[in-house]
Amino acid sequence: MDELDRALIIATQGGLPLVSDPWAEIGGSLGISAAEVRRRLEALLEAGVIRRIGVVPNHYAIGWTANGMTVWDVEDGAVDALGAEVGALPFVTHCYRRPRALPDWPYNLFAMVHGSSRGEVAAKAARIAVLLGSHCRDSDLLFSTRILKKTGLRI
Amino acid sequence: MPELDAVDRRIIDDLQGGFPLSATPYADAAARLGIGEADLLARLRCLLETGVLTRFGPMYQIERMGGAFVLAALAVPEERWDEVVAAVNALPQVAHNYRREHRLNMWFVLATETPEGIAEAIARIETDTGLHVFAFPKEREYFVEMKLEARV
Repeated sequence: MDELDRALIIATQGGLPLVSDPWAEIGGSLGISAAEVRRRLEALLEAGVIRRIGVVPNHYAIGWTANGMTVWDVEDGAVDALGAEVGALPFVTHCYRRPRALPDWPYNLFAMVHGSSRGEVAAKAARIAVLLGSHCRDSDLLFSTRILKKTGLRI
Repeated sequence: MPELDAVDRRIIDDLQGGFPLSATPYADAAARLGIGEADLLARLRCLLETGVLTRFGPMYQIERMGGAFVLAALAVPEERWDEVVAAVNALPQVAHNYRREHRLNMWFVLATETPEGIAEAIARIETDTGLHVFAFPKEREYFVEMKLEARV
């Protein structure tokens, strides 16, 4: 990564130009050729600095109106094996282990679950509960009620 | 929100990744979707303007650039809600922010170019709001694939 890569990230983090040759437009603003823009984006994609290039939908607008963050207090000795299993469930979009914040927050396993209704999300959360079994001491389900910001990264 | 037709749904479902880095990317992506380039460009513009899409472009993984992502939460008193939303969203380091039903009612993701940037952003929010920021950095990532197809 050099300064030009950084400039390229800044030029594209808000989105790509909606014109036939977006690479030429980006290159024009950075003083490099369209081919150089493509070459560098390719390299960033290969290095994993770019996760993917495409559309980012608003979940609510495309029918996923119930979005729940399920959180679980799982025994420390069991959480990694179980976290991998929860993450492998087809309906879980993100699954992480995070630190507890006692006494306010006893949960160490977070899994995002989406649906068209709260009932659907709750049913999916119930399947996670079955999987965790007695290794889970406590849990909660936090529905999102509003997107307050969704700009993505801005460096 | 506008009604989506079958082509819009195909754009949403098939173009969440894999936008080509070819010389004529929109023409090539459009051909894959079975539509024309001008149609794809017009539809993307409309889907962005109406908020069906929040963005179209590369999704950067800041950790691969030496930066950091951290999930954080606040317990915001209801009577201060609007003021705190404005203060938190004003920080460019706040990439996403959601209201959730819980005593911790505001959940946001901080994305910073350096790991130290996270502590600075948290200190800034605590100073600006007078509220304690609960930080939940990830300790292990078991799965991430944020891809939901259109259901409408």
